Amino acid sequence: MPDILAPDNVGLVTAQTHKFTTPLALDCGRSLPSYELIYETYGTLNEHHSNAILICHALSSDHHAAGYYSMQDKKPGWWDTCIGPGKPIDTNRFFVVSLNNLGGCKGSTGPKSINPDTNKPYGPDFPIVTVRDWVKSQARLADVLGISQWAAVIGGSLGGMQALQWAIDYPKHLRHCVVIAAAPKLTAQNIAFNEVARQAILSDPDFHTGHYYQQNTVPRRGLMLARMLGHITYLSDDAMRKKFGRELREGKINFGFEVEFQVESYLRYQGTSFVEHFDANTYLLMTKALDYFDPASEHNNNLSAALAKVAAKFLVISFTSDWRFSPSRSREIVKGLLHNKKNVSYAEIKAQEGHDAFLMPIPHYLRIFKNYMQQIEDEE
Amino acid sequence: MDLRTDLALISEWIAEGSHLLDLGCGDGTLLAHLRDTRSVTGYGLEIDDENIALCLQARVNVIHTDLNQGLSDFADDSFDYVVMTQAIQTIHHPDKLLIEMLRVGRQGIVTFPNVGHWQARLSLFFGGVMPSSRALPSEWYHTENIHLCTLRDFEKLCDDLDIEVLQRAVVDRRHRTSSSMRLIPNLFGEIAIYRLRSKLVKKN
Repeated sequence: MPDILAPDNVGLVTAQTHKFTTPLALDCGRSLPSYELIYETYGTLNEHHSNAILICHALSSDHHAAGYYSMQDKKPGWWDTCIGPGKPIDTNRFFVVSLNNLGGCKGSTGPKSINPDTNKPYGPDFPIVTVRDWVKSQARLADVLGISQWAAVIGGSLGGMQALQWAIDYPKHLRHCVVIAAAPKLTAQNIAFNEVARQAILSDPDFHTGHYYQQNTVPRRGLMLARMLGHITYLSDDAMRKKFGRELREGKINFGFEVEFQVESYLRYQGTSFVEHFDANTYLLMTKALDYFDPASEHNNNLSAALAKVAAKFLVISFTSDWRFSPSRSREIVKGLLHNKKNVSYAEIKAQEGHDAFLMPIPHYLRIFKNYMQQIEDEE
Repeated sequence: MDLRTDLALISEWIAEGSHLLDLGCGDGTLLAHLRDTRSVTGYGLEIDDENIALCLQARVNVIHTDLNQGLSDFADDSFDYVVMTQAIQTIHHPDKLLIEMLRVGRQGIVTFPNVGHWQARLSLFFGGVMPSSRALPSEWYHTENIHLCTLRDFEKLCDDLDIEVLQRAVVDRRHRTSSSMRLIPNLFGEIAIYRLRSKLVKKN
C-alpha cells in the first residue's frame, strides 16, 4: 500500500467502459451482437492524436496496467515497472491505453457476463476468441478513442502476440511494434502445458461443465492446479533454486503429503490467491487463444510471408532464462522481419527470472526499452 | 562527427542507398553515419549489452547476435555490403565467417589490425614477447584477439577461399596513410582494410 505516490507513478486511476453495439464477427464463425470493453488510460492524448500507445495484456492480466485504484491498494497495476512518468513507456509523453480483452473476467464481456439471449451468464457458451478477434475489438476501441494510428502497440507474452497480429492485420495503424517474451506460435510442449491446465479445470467436480456460477460454486482445485502448473513455467530452474532451494518450512521432513518444501508452499499460495480473483472459464479461453495463435498458418506456414506487409518498426526482446518462450522463439520473429528487410531491433536480456522477467525491473531491460521508446518520442 | 579512420575510409567505398550489414557494429557509429550521409539502410549485429543500448539510442537497427553462431538468419545476397571492422580477429572461425559474409552480401568489407606491422615484428624479434602496439594494446592472456594475422596471411586465406580482393587500403591508427605504407603495406600498415567479393557463382 503506498503511503505516498512515487513521482514516477501514474497515481490514482479509474477504469472506463465502452459498450459496442455493432456485432463482432469472430474467427470461430459466431458473432457477439454487442459487448463491452473495460480500459484505463494514462497520460494525455496530444492534439494530433499521434502519441497513443496500446498495451496488450498476457494470459491472466487485465486493463489495470499501472497506478493504483486507491491508497489502500496493496499493489499497483501489473506493468507499473514500465509505465509511468520517466519510465520506458513515459506517460509524460505518451497517452497509454490498456484494456481487458474479450472473454476476460475483469469487466470486459466474457463468460461471467450475462448472455442477452438467455439472461444467464454465458459460462461455457461464450465463444472461443482468438488473438485476431482481440485485435479486431481493440481496433474498434481505437476508433472510439479517435486514434487512427498508434505510436506503438506493445505487449509481453500473449500480449506480444497481439502486438504482432496488429502489425500484420492493420499495418498502417501502428508505427512501432514492441514484442516482448513472445513467440510466433506455440510449440507442442507449450500446448501440452495448456492442455494439462485445462484438464485440471475441466475435471474438477465443481466445474459443472462450465455452469458453476448457477451452482454457486467455483472449480477451485482445478483452477488452482492450472495456476500452479503455469507458475512453474513462468519461473526458471535457477530462479526457483535461488528463491526456494530445498528449504523446508519446518526445517525437517515429516514423511507426509502436507506442505513441506517452501516451493510447495509458494505454489499453493499462488494457486489459492489466483482463484480468488480469476475465472476458470476465462482461463480456458485464454489458453485456447494462445494455442490457436499462428499467423504463419495462413501463409503456408511461412512466417516471412505473413510479415511481408508489416510497416511498423519492431523491437523484439527476449530473456535468456525464459524457457516458456525462449530467445530462439523471438528470433523466429526477428528472422521473418529480416527476410523482409523490415526495421527491427532485437535484444536478448540476461535474466534469471524466466518468462516472468518481462514484468521485472531489470536495469538493462528497462534501458533497452526506454532507449527504443525515446526514438518514438523523437519522431513526434 | 569525428569518425574513426577505418570507418571514414569504408564510408567512401559504400554506394548511396545501399543495404548493409555491420558485423560487430559497436555503438552503431558507422550505420548512423551512413544513414545520415548516404541514405544507407540495414542492421548492426552486436553482442555487448552496452553497445546494443547505444545503438538503440542512435536509432540504429541492432540485432543481438553471437557472430560465432554464423549468419544463418540471413538469406543469400540479402545485402549490398557486409562489413566487419576490427572484429575478425576475435572470431572462432574467421574463415567460415568470411564465407558467410560473402554468401549474405554481394561484397564484404573487412578491417583488422596488421600483425605484420614493424612494431609488432620488433617486439617479437627483439623483445621476445607477443606483439603489442597501439592497435593491439591487450596482453596475450586477456586479449579478445585470438586470430591475428598479417596482410599476407589474410590474402592467402582469401585466395584459398576463392575470394577476390577488390580493393585494399592500409592506414595507421590515426587513419593516416603514407608513401611507406603504400610501398610496403605489410610492414608499415597498422590497420588493413579490404573490399572483397566471392569468386564462386552463387546457387540462387
